[in-house]
Amino acid sequence: MSSYCSLVYLMIFLPGVILLYSITPQKHKWKSLLFSGYAFFWIISGKLLIYLILTTFSMHYFGIWMETIQRDRKLELSEADKSEKKAIKAKYQKKLTQIVTFAVILHIGALVVLKYTKFFGTNINTLLTTLDIPFQFDIPSFMLPIGISFYTMEAVSYLFDVYRGVIKAEKNLAKLAVYISFFPQIMEGPIARYSQTADQLWKCEKISYNNMTMGIQRILYGMLKKVVIADRLNMFIDEVFSKYTNYDGGVTMVAMIFYTCQLYMEFSGTMDVIIGSGQIFGIKLPENFKQPFFSKTISDFWTRWHITLGAWFRDYIFYPMSMSKPLKQITLKSRKYLGNHFGPLIAGSIALFSVWICNGLWHGAAWSYIFFGLFHFSLILTGNIIEPFVKFITDKLHINRNKWYYVGMQIIRTVILVNIGELFFRAQGLRAGLFMFKNMITNFSLASIIDGSIFKLGIDKHDILIVFIACLIVLIVSILKEKGVSIRETIAKQNIVIRWAIYYAMIMFIIIFGAYGSQYVPIDPIYANF
Amino acid sequence: MEELIEILEGIQPGLDYETCADLIDGHRLDSLSIISLIAELEDEFDITIPTVEVIPENFNSAKNMWNMIVRLQEEE
Repeated sequence: MSSYCSLVYLMIFLPGVILLYSITPQKHKWKSLLFSGYAFFWIISGKLLIYLILTTFSMHYFGIWMETIQRDRKLELSEADKSEKKAIKAKYQKKLTQIVTFAVILHIGALVVLKYTKFFGTNINTLLTTLDIPFQFDIPSFMLPIGISFYTMEAVSYLFDVYRGVIKAEKNLAKLAVYISFFPQIMEGPIARYSQTADQLWKCEKISYNNMTMGIQRILYGMLKKVVIADRLNMFIDEVFSKYTNYDGGVTMVAMIFYTCQLYMEFSGTMDVIIGSGQIFGIKLPENFKQPFFSKTISDFWTRWHITLGAWFRDYIFYPMSMSKPLKQITLKSRKYLGNHFGPLIAGSIALFSVWICNGLWHGAAWSYIFFGLFHFSLILTGNIIEPFVKFITDKLHINRNKWYYVGMQIIRTVILVNIGELFFRAQGLRAGLFMFKNMITNFSLASIIDGSIFKLGIDKHDILIVFIACLIVLIVSILKEKGVSIRETIAKQNIVIRWAIYYAMIMFIIIFGAYGSQYVPIDPIYANF
Repeated sequence: MEELIEILEGIQPGLDYETCADLIDGHRLDSLSIISLIAELEDEFDITIPTVEVIPENFNSAKNMWNMIVRLQEEE
């Protein structure tokens, strides 16, 4: 079971869980979800399941500990004089901060050790060699449990939310275990908050006809993106990115555009399968994409692409850092000297820099990912710095920034920048990324496209046509969604003949045009490795 | 309330803070304005705004901000 789009998952695992869930009495349905989650994890990561179990115990223990302290604080405050309250609050706040810090270090520490030891170890050894210091560290190698980056973030969000009093600590260990191990999201997210899914998962609604058909509909749409588009582009992308020195700038540019398309189709398609799987059980998982290629700016893009990751960094890194005492002091002082726009930019940039370093590293332990993070940080920062100048110029030239031509230009610019970022994201290391980027500028040529040799690199004209038609379908659906039209509900409202004709047409389209067989190599789930 | 409107005018002039009810949801105040606003509010009203209070509902209108300030002052 290599991915949520694999036949083993869709034809055996998911139907098996649906059957198990349906025949289990209402009172015990949560057990079937817990069993399925652990079985899913075991199939992929075997005995590394212990990490997930330890995470659950840790969340439970530290959550209850913090709530006990919050209860004691409430009691002591209710009996105290007004003059004593501030000191009591400070005393308990200190305790709570110590506990949450220790708990978060434990969770993030495990992630750092398992995921980044090799990266940091290798870089330290390289540095020692460069400095002629005759010492090298032995770098241990660890097996990485599947989805560790995702469930660690969920665990940390739970702990922070208990600490901040947003949610009550969960006393029922089983409820926490069901939340953290829900099988559709364990491998690739979305990163759901405890307040978003825990109650739904514990309630265990009966599977309804409506949820079943809507869930399957969403899964089919995801399969169209993954199997028809992402997998079909895979061989070409693999060929160009692995032998990048063999190709001119024109081929490199096509590979960059195809990869950006593939990444979106693979990740958002898998999200459709995941969210559709959840919907079958009546679970509403948070959305992770909102038509990202209609973004006007890079900041806007990150509110539409991998939404739950961006929201996590915003809520647990950006705002807490920006609102820390030292940064608030900087904001107050710098506003006096630099004004409203540039004043808060200093504190904001420090917090933003931390967010993007973490974002880059979260995606993987490699310099190319750090570069990817810093690339987006630089773009967002530049956008903020030049905003007053852009406003000044557009006002002077009487350009309406809400007109279609201006918005269209902004969208095209953002898409180009996103494509460049993804080139570095996919390249085999930072050096390869820089080579490919340079190649597009200094060695650009359309010769391979004109003479047709590009169609011999794992993708032919027939493939391009199928990808184009499938992308057109996705584009139309996206435009309708952007305009507030829910095509899924429109289909669901049709009479049974039309509805099933559409479903069968989708199934046939995927079966006929999906990239199966020996001539294709399906792409591995990209985000499962993060 | 007047002091609050004054602070808001200082951070982002040109908005009708008496009536506007979608300052965050309507993207009228961005994250940098929020950072400034929080620092100013804490300084002016001698309160501490915890991150848990940084939610759109509390910052969508001047009225909601004022309610939050009064609540936090009472809790101090």
